Amino acid sequence: MDPTKVSQGLRGSAEVLIPHLFRTEFTRIAAVLCKHFGLEHLEVAEDIAGETFLAALETWPYKGVPPNPTAWLYAIAKNKAKNYLHRDQLFLGKILPQLKKASGGQAVDEPAEIDLSEKNITDSQLQMLFAVCHPSLSTEAQICLALRILCGFGIDEIANAFLTNKETINKRLFRAKEKLRTEKTAIEFPPAAELGQRLETVLLTLYLLYNEGYYSESQDAVLREDLCGEAMRLAEQLIQNESTHLPAVDALFSLMCFHASRFPARKKENGEIVLYADQDESLWDQELIARGAYHLHQASQGDVLSRYHLEASIAYWHTIKTDSREKWENILQLYNRLLTIAYSPIAALNRTFALSKANGKQEAIAAAEKLQLTENPYYYTLLGELYRDIDNGKAMVHLQRAYTLARTQTDKRIIQRAMEGLKA
Amino acid sequence: MDEYILIFRHQDGHKVASPEQIQVWMKQTMDWIGGIAAQNKFSGGNGLPFDGAKVVHHNNIVTNGPFGEIKETIGGYIIVKADSVDEAVEFAKGSPVLQGDGNTVEVRKIAKGNGPH
Repeated sequence: MDPTKVSQGLRGSAEVLIPHLFRTEFTRIAAVLCKHFGLEHLEVAEDIAGETFLAALETWPYKGVPPNPTAWLYAIAKNKAKNYLHRDQLFLGKILPQLKKASGGQAVDEPAEIDLSEKNITDSQLQMLFAVCHPSLSTEAQICLALRILCGFGIDEIANAFLTNKETINKRLFRAKEKLRTEKTAIEFPPAAELGQRLETVLLTLYLLYNEGYYSESQDAVLREDLCGEAMRLAEQLIQNESTHLPAVDALFSLMCFHASRFPARKKENGEIVLYADQDESLWDQELIARGAYHLHQASQGDVLSRYHLEASIAYWHTIKTDSREKWENILQLYNRLLTIAYSPIAALNRTFALSKANGKQEAIAAAEKLQLTENPYYYTLLGELYRDIDNGKAMVHLQRAYTLARTQTDKRIIQRAMEGLKA
Repeated sequence: MDEYILIFRHQDGHKVASPEQIQVWMKQTMDWIGGIAAQNKFSGGNGLPFDGAKVVHHNNIVTNGPFGEIKETIGGYIIVKADSVDEAVEFAKGSPVLQGDGNTVEVRKIAKGNGPH
């Protein structure tokens, strides 16, 4: 059952409501059912959640939308799950003996009631998040599973986001689910002693999920913002749960808010990316900036300084458009610290740019020459920028190298414009 | 790739610098470390504050220190990744500690975990 088909196949009066409910409720129902059945029966849980929406699709357009649509969906899901458990071999052959064992050998005639209370829904979803972000899975597989199971994305959409085809995603999902099965991953909160470490994996997956949306080359702008929105929603769930509300979660959420605040300004109507320096800051979402600031403040309570703290602080400084020595000095020092705990080529390049703003171009050129990221197009874009007005000939050579290495049309266009700027 | 420890030795740990001067040193040190980290060659490091420092002597005699009888004091260290001692020495040359006359940075290879080398 492919969720996209349900949302795409909609017509009639319930047209607007069902896709909306689908996004929010499909994964909630699936999470609860999956927790109930066990992770090895993930497909069954997804099927029942899918059939629940099919039922809405078949009924609502003709009989009208029920007064409480969510409650209606839950009631249908419960019924379908109950029927399934009653008639299926799964219940008779596998779950029943286990239930008997669990209840100390007493006969169990009725399957336990499916608990679709708000509390159980959020708990199940969070526990699923920990199950999906299992250290035994590759990060790619984790993101893929999270999109499918926790965000209710269709195979098409995931393939589009990763710029690959459906077969690849299906294979990746299949292997990931097999792995979870063989590892006998339980849907539960990790024990307190492991929580910190497991949470790190979860946060990294959410961070990458967000980046996938923010930097994706996918042409589908709505989809990209959806990815970011889902990463934010999951991070917010971690914040709302007491045991997972740790400073690093606030820091990550804050980082996401600051970046998301620029969504309205970073794209032209034709979809072309608007570089930070050229953005109209009056389009920045001040409410998101304020939320980011609030969570950054929350994150500072405690003595942990994660990479997300540093990245959120950098993102905070970028919410101030006006250049100042103070701004770049702060950004430089934050990158200095970030690189000592989490090296990445992009952080190294950004640090060098900040160095040029804070300490001058000559020092930055010397530092840049040492990086030797010779496969990276952005390395040459940076060198081109640093040499501009100092040695335009050298700047041009670097930009040409960047153009050759650039992997996307967007990047090529941006480099092209920088080259034209040099000639002018 | 090997790891080398760069040990900062100060000629006289007694000297009191102004807060402004300390701030300048802090920035220079962080910029220096950031430059090494940007090359993915930074492994770790720390300052070693003099406050409350003690020296334990032969026969377990404890003194405040390391002041007075010791000329050079260790102010901190960083650990870098380098292919050769020469590369580690190039990193050391950038250390702001060397702006102080008589200060030194000692470069020592760290023995790998599989026994003494």
